Amino acid sequence: MMAPFYKFGLFGSEVSLIVAFIIGIGFGFFLERAGFGSARKLAAQFYFRDMAVFKVMFTAIVTAMIGLFYFAWIGWLNLSLVYLTPTFLWADLVGGLILGVGFVVGGYCPGTSGVACVTGKIDGYIFVLGLFFGIFAFGEAFPWIEGFFNAAPMGQITLSQLLDIPYGVLVFIVVLIALGGFLLAEKVEKYFARKDAEKAL
Amino acid sequence: MDSTLDTLSVPKTETKKKTKERTAQPYWNPYLSGFGLGLVLLAAFVIMGRGLGASGAYSTVVASGVNAIAPHHAAGNAFYEGYLGNGTTSPFKSWLVFEVLGLLVGGFISGALAGRIKKTTEKSEHISFKMRYVYAFIGGALMGIGAKLARGCTSGQALTGGALLNAGSWIFMLMVFAGAYAAAYFVRRQWL
Repeated sequence: MMAPFYKFGLFGSEVSLIVAFIIGIGFGFFLERAGFGSARKLAAQFYFRDMAVFKVMFTAIVTAMIGLFYFAWIGWLNLSLVYLTPTFLWADLVGGLILGVGFVVGGYCPGTSGVACVTGKIDGYIFVLGLFFGIFAFGEAFPWIEGFFNAAPMGQITLSQLLDIPYGVLVFIVVLIALGGFLLAEKVEKYFARKDAEKAL
Repeated sequence: MDSTLDTLSVPKTETKKKTKERTAQPYWNPYLSGFGLGLVLLAAFVIMGRGLGASGAYSTVVASGVNAIAPHHAAGNAFYEGYLGNGTTSPFKSWLVFEVLGLLVGGFISGALAGRIKKTTEKSEHISFKMRYVYAFIGGALMGIGAKLARGCTSGQALTGGALLNAGSWIFMLMVFAGAYAAAYFVRRQWL
């Protein structure tokens, strides 16, 4: 059986919803395990006190990236059948910036706010209300911002295609960057812990 | 006699208290949780041919709400229409909606097993509850706008696109960190 299973017709769209539910359970479980149901834990990333957001995100990215590369390399997974969100330069840039500000102001992102709600965080519920409002505002403004939303279309493009670096080489580079990032994150945490301790004296 | 009784009764009450309050377990090592999360993401790629997501499910709720109140208004809007489909099946029968329902269950299971389910508000002692709720709402609204503009959030863009080495996702991810670090100073009293 070739992967992705769904794309090769192993099961239909009804069953895919059950798969979605089960995958979702795993997703929520590990987010909560990491402490991402807590806004203080998440926000601490942006004050260099706890770099868990970076560590968890990049460990997950590297794990899935290596798995994908390996499965494609042995010819078991057809990578062209894995959905790639098209790149729109301006929407990605500005959307990312707004989302980043929202992250540190609100303390959660859409996925983690769900975990916050089910673990009893009142601010998680208020955040979700804000999220609904923001999406509604975007929807209402959509006719006016549609031009910007679709500006500078670059199509479905990977970094490997954009930078003209072979896929395997780029995977290796990203792993090196992640490992360097982890070492740096550990050092930064220690530095700020020491500084905070000195301040407390 | 009295003193021996006292020393005997002290540890008893202590253990009673402990079981009653059930202290929350510490979080997992970030690299271990990240590895688990990565395997879930990889499973989604292998089984479904797509990654994880979150904001899309919230959009389905909003689009359905608008459609229920003002169907003509929703029908004329390409953004809402994208989440409502062609009307042959319920918009809630979507992959992302079921995935997020699973996320809620998974988060609850993990929290319950670790004794971390508690009615609380996440903030520092320097700001009031009211201010925290105002920040949470504003932050949520910005998150909603940003995620819709960028065609995905931390799950659908950063995590999924990051692993796929999607060009737009890496641009997005850099900007998320840039935006959050730039704004962090102005809301520091909320967290530190």
